[in-house]
Amino acid sequence: MKKRQKKNGGSPMDPLRQSPSRSSSRASSPRTLPCEMLGYVGIEAVLDQLKIKAMKMGFEFNIMVVGQSGLGKSTMVNTLFKSKMWKSTMPGLGVPTPQTLQLQSVTHVIEESGVKLKLTVTDTPGFGDQINNDKCWDPILGYINEQYEHYLQEEILITRQRHIPDTRVHCCVYFVPPTGHWLRPLDIEFLQRLCRTVNVVPVIARADSLTIEEREAFRHRIQENLKTHGIEVYPQKCFDEDINDKILNSKIRDFEYSSLCYTERIPFAVVGADREHIVNGRCVLGRKTKWGIIEVENMAHCEFPLLRDLLIRSHLQDLKDITHNVHYENYRIFRLNESHVLPRGPGWVNLAPAPASVPAPAGPQANPSPPKVGGWAKDNSDEEC
Amino acid sequence: MAATDIARQAGEGCRTVPLAGHVGFDSLPDQLVNQSISQGFCFNILCVGETGLGKSTLMDTLFNTKFEGEPATHTQPGVQLQSNTYDLQESNVGLKLTIVSTVGFGDQINKEDSYRPIVEFIDAQFEAYLQEELKIRRLLHNYHDSRIHACLYFIAPTGHSLKSLDLVTMKKLDSKVNVIPIIAKSDAISKSELTKFKIKITSELVSNGVQIYQFPMDDEAVAEVNGTMNAHLPFAVIGSTEELKIGNKMVKVRQYPWGTVQVENEAHCDFVKLREMLIRVNMEDLREQTHSRHYELYRRCKLEEMGFKDTDPDSKPFSLQETYEAKRNEFLGELQKKEEEMRQMFVQRVKEKEAELKEAEKELHEKFDRLKKLHQDEKKKLEDKKKSLDDEVNAFKQRKTAAELLQSQGSQAGGSQTLKRDKEKKNNPWLCTE
Repeated sequence: MKKRQKKNGGSPMDPLRQSPSRSSSRASSPRTLPCEMLGYVGIEAVLDQLKIKAMKMGFEFNIMVVGQSGLGKSTMVNTLFKSKMWKSTMPGLGVPTPQTLQLQSVTHVIEESGVKLKLTVTDTPGFGDQINNDKCWDPILGYINEQYEHYLQEEILITRQRHIPDTRVHCCVYFVPPTGHWLRPLDIEFLQRLCRTVNVVPVIARADSLTIEEREAFRHRIQENLKTHGIEVYPQKCFDEDINDKILNSKIRDFEYSSLCYTERIPFAVVGADREHIVNGRCVLGRKTKWGIIEVENMAHCEFPLLRDLLIRSHLQDLKDITHNVHYENYRIFRLNESHVLPRGPGWVNLAPAPASVPAPAGPQANPSPPKVGGWAKDNSDEEC
Repeated sequence: MAATDIARQAGEGCRTVPLAGHVGFDSLPDQLVNQSISQGFCFNILCVGETGLGKSTLMDTLFNTKFEGEPATHTQPGVQLQSNTYDLQESNVGLKLTIVSTVGFGDQINKEDSYRPIVEFIDAQFEAYLQEELKIRRLLHNYHDSRIHACLYFIAPTGHSLKSLDLVTMKKLDSKVNVIPIIAKSDAISKSELTKFKIKITSELVSNGVQIYQFPMDDEAVAEVNGTMNAHLPFAVIGSTEELKIGNKMVKVRQYPWGTVQVENEAHCDFVKLREMLIRVNMEDLREQTHSRHYELYRRCKLEEMGFKDTDPDSKPFSLQETYEAKRNEFLGELQKKEEEMRQMFVQRVKEKEAELKEAEKELHEKFDRLKKLHQDEKKKLEDKKKSLDDEVNAFKQRKTAAELLQSQGSQAGGSQTLKRDKEKKNNPWLCTE
């Protein structure tokens, strides 16, 4: 690494950037001398400054729920954010089954203790409902890529905005129907494609139809399935060393509910409910059945608190960071290198095919970077780019 | 494949929805802060000022530590920038502090170009960041940000007005970096002179259109503090690392025969204000201004220079892609040209070498021929000589036989005369040839 001591005035700095090793997070920083401070300076006040700035700007979060109809997606969203985001749809009451997959997106601003959050929830009614579900993931992938495209276009403007509005999907919650057996081929296909573009959190929906033992067995089988097919769901292990080693790992390990870590309990078995009932004098959210009331926030009944904590209380910022630093960057590389491949989605410019030149990195200083989980499915092939 | 139909419920666009319970995202600022802590902060200060104004001492005092370095001499031929990076740690916050200092500023006789190395340095940092941002494979979240966040401009405590060098330099810097002018070594000015000096400086800056950094007033939490501080600009500071026990505390002082100046006493100097503003209140804002204002300005100018245009947003990816392509092709073309040149040069060299070798060969051949000829000549001579020698030997033999014949005839005739004559003949056989 090059010493930052410059003796010749005026010569531009050329930091010698090596390809960063997986373990160090600041590999390209110059030689630094640790210094002892003899008294209080007040550097940690910068944390407060950060907080004030963040609270003033507000936060954004975009979540997408994917799953067949009837799995309780809308209810789950309402339960997660404790508000009526969606009206739960009752199928069969004159609402025709959508012939095509239509994405619906709704944005709300919610505030809690002075923290403003602009939440966008995208629903996918009609997913997996047709008889022939071939390529039903294409509209979803198209939508996700379209958000990346918007952000990229804003980013490469000459005069760009101070704060680019972030509509990229930060998290995709995939609802697995509680068959109790294995992941279906549709699930596997979809997860394989999506986990390369976006953070995917699979959950077992309507888990109140499974007993605790069945749940555990199902969960294990799903985990095996995921491993066999090489599907990396959130939190991805391969990013631990790259980006957030300590904080993420420690958060996963310091699990307050039990000694197991998050990764071992994914996919969570969840139940959604937006009605309140009285249990033992307390008012809880739950589903009332003839044989009892299933409390949503009770860890013994279902794992909804885990999902909520993962998504909101502890890993929200991390979800956003991984989307920005990894998935978006992968998209950008793909887009700038091989933009002659027609991207999916409406409103995109139909780009002319680029000259058949070797996609060498542009600019005089292109360095190889550590291999990330990159590439995603094109229209006709399953190859990684 | 059916087209995607994204129905955004218009009108409900950003409706505020009431929450029925505690969701828990009020921990978001904490999550953000934890993220930042794990990444660490970096802050870069540039100190511009003449030699001997106390730049290093002030840095030591500000950060309560002793940075390494020795005072510079006054004999530097030009302005140079010296940059050092330090790792500071306070409770759980790690700060990578870079201090860049001008060496030899204001020492030359001709100071016309003194500002240039500074401007070039600042531009170089922006350029490095821009290059990183424009790369296809980039690592922005790991990138060590070397852009200058704050520039402390040290004004000499003359008490009169700004020097023209100061004005020119600050004018050049104000659009590139947050300039904070400070009056150095202000224990040399008395209080009344100080107020007049400050007023004079501010009016000169305003009349020359120099935009110095104003502390932000849009956030209610700090607007008041910043507002009052803005009125005290430029700060009159004193730096010192010597300590003395006053009362029951150790304070940083400068000791004079006529009294002791306490650095952290607000009545004595504005050091505490500077520290408050620079570090405790506005560090984040300085960084943001650098990124969103100065860097964006630089980026815009640079990209327009490179030929990008924003006119048609639809074609933005085009022109970026095309320019990338063009650059790529240009680069490849240059490579090929260079390769050609090298190849030609190589061929030429080979030819020359061949010619040389041929000549050498020819010479060798000639030499060989010559030598051979010489050899033959010698040989011929020798043979001639041998021949002549043989002739003489033959002649001698003939005479010998003739002489013996005569002798044998003479011995029959009479003895001594012939003996004498034989003796003579024997003694001088060579005289026979008459």
